[in-house]
Amino acid sequence: MTKNFFGTRTGIIVVGAVIGILAPLLQKLGNPGNMGICVACFERDISGALGFHRAAVVQYLRPEIIGFVLGALAAALLFKDYRARTGSAPFVRFILGVFAMIGALVFLGCPWRALLRLSGGDLNAILGLAGLITGIWIGTLFLKNGYNLGRTQKTHFSAGLLMPLVMAGFLILMFIFPQMDQQPQSGILFYSIKGPGAMHAPLFIALIAGLIIGFIAQRSRFCTMGAFRDLILFRQLHLISGVIALVVAAFVMNLIFAQFNLGFEKQPVAHNVHIWNFIGMALAGLAFALAGGCPGRQLFLAGEGDGDAAVFVFGMIVGAGFAHNFGLASSPAGVGPHGIAAVVTGFVVCLFIGFTMRKTA
Amino acid sequence: MATTVDARGLSCPQPVLMFMNAIKTSADRELIVLVDTDASMENVSRAAESKNCTVKDINRKDDEYRLTITRN
Repeated sequence: MTKNFFGTRTGIIVVGAVIGILAPLLQKLGNPGNMGICVACFERDISGALGFHRAAVVQYLRPEIIGFVLGALAAALLFKDYRARTGSAPFVRFILGVFAMIGALVFLGCPWRALLRLSGGDLNAILGLAGLITGIWIGTLFLKNGYNLGRTQKTHFSAGLLMPLVMAGFLILMFIFPQMDQQPQSGILFYSIKGPGAMHAPLFIALIAGLIIGFIAQRSRFCTMGAFRDLILFRQLHLISGVIALVVAAFVMNLIFAQFNLGFEKQPVAHNVHIWNFIGMALAGLAFALAGGCPGRQLFLAGEGDGDAAVFVFGMIVGAGFAHNFGLASSPAGVGPHGIAAVVTGFVVCLFIGFTMRKTA
Repeated sequence: MATTVDARGLSCPQPVLMFMNAIKTSADRELIVLVDTDASMENVSRAAESKNCTVKDINRKDDEYRLTITRN
């Protein structure tokens, strides 16, 4: 196999830039403000589309997520990089996924969206990013002290295909039960008729954008958590250069599309309770660090056959159900009624995992 | 006999951490690192270069990589 272009410094910068170009474009084509792509928000919308929660404003089976997994699968198969594997503490990863989602929904966004919010002028994102970096830093302390969820095992080729097949199944459901004008439900699927869930780019454009990003992100191992982790742990600039490229490209695109609006107030799908923007994202960052990847990276890993990453993804989808059923998620009005209690619980759980799950050599 | 780091089945950043640790604790000029994903292979190679080492050989056998790394 020839050298992997996307594994080079130039490659990762190209990938960051492509994401930074496509996300504001998806926003222009209908996705919510500073949410051209948000893995946490979109998985939350998927959770809603399936009826795992009944927050009527955030229900849509986001094709971007489906594209991420299928694009990553295509890249992995094409470049002989597909490895069906599982068995590295799957339930721990599920729980980490649950609390990663809860933390992200207190802030209102995954790391990708935090970057996109920043590039759209939403200064609240600075608090979120500072929290994210703090959470990842705590995670690196555990990593330095031997935190390790253990080895995966090789498994059947077909076992690694289950997650992509689930995503393909979701896509088929969208064709069987398509969105109907002003109808909150189509067959078994829920579709928001107002709110962020009602805002979306056309299905095929969203799917194609997702496939492109999934393909190149799998090749480049693009990961926002890894970017900060490697910087803290190894003083390595490789992944972070992709993150910077994303922010710069998205900033330029937002200026071109007149989507840039600087300030803390009246930002789309955001609140300005600074302390909980910070702490919510710190919880998410810690959970991502303990699980070994940001939500986007977990989707690409799931696409290349990693069954544990697939479990993390479903932890996040179930976590979104908890978040909206129990009033944990924030809204533009502020933090949810039980959001703070859930974040505290999440920290206790993540610290328990970090302190007790260590292996020497 | 070269020090061998078996990082098969482990995901990032474990293989890189194990490699960095081996560089610190072992006096051998040559290190062998075993990994089983392309991402780990690339990450360990990158870490080796940053630690003033040379990746002399990457041998793929089935789904595993055997990296031979020497100190400069």
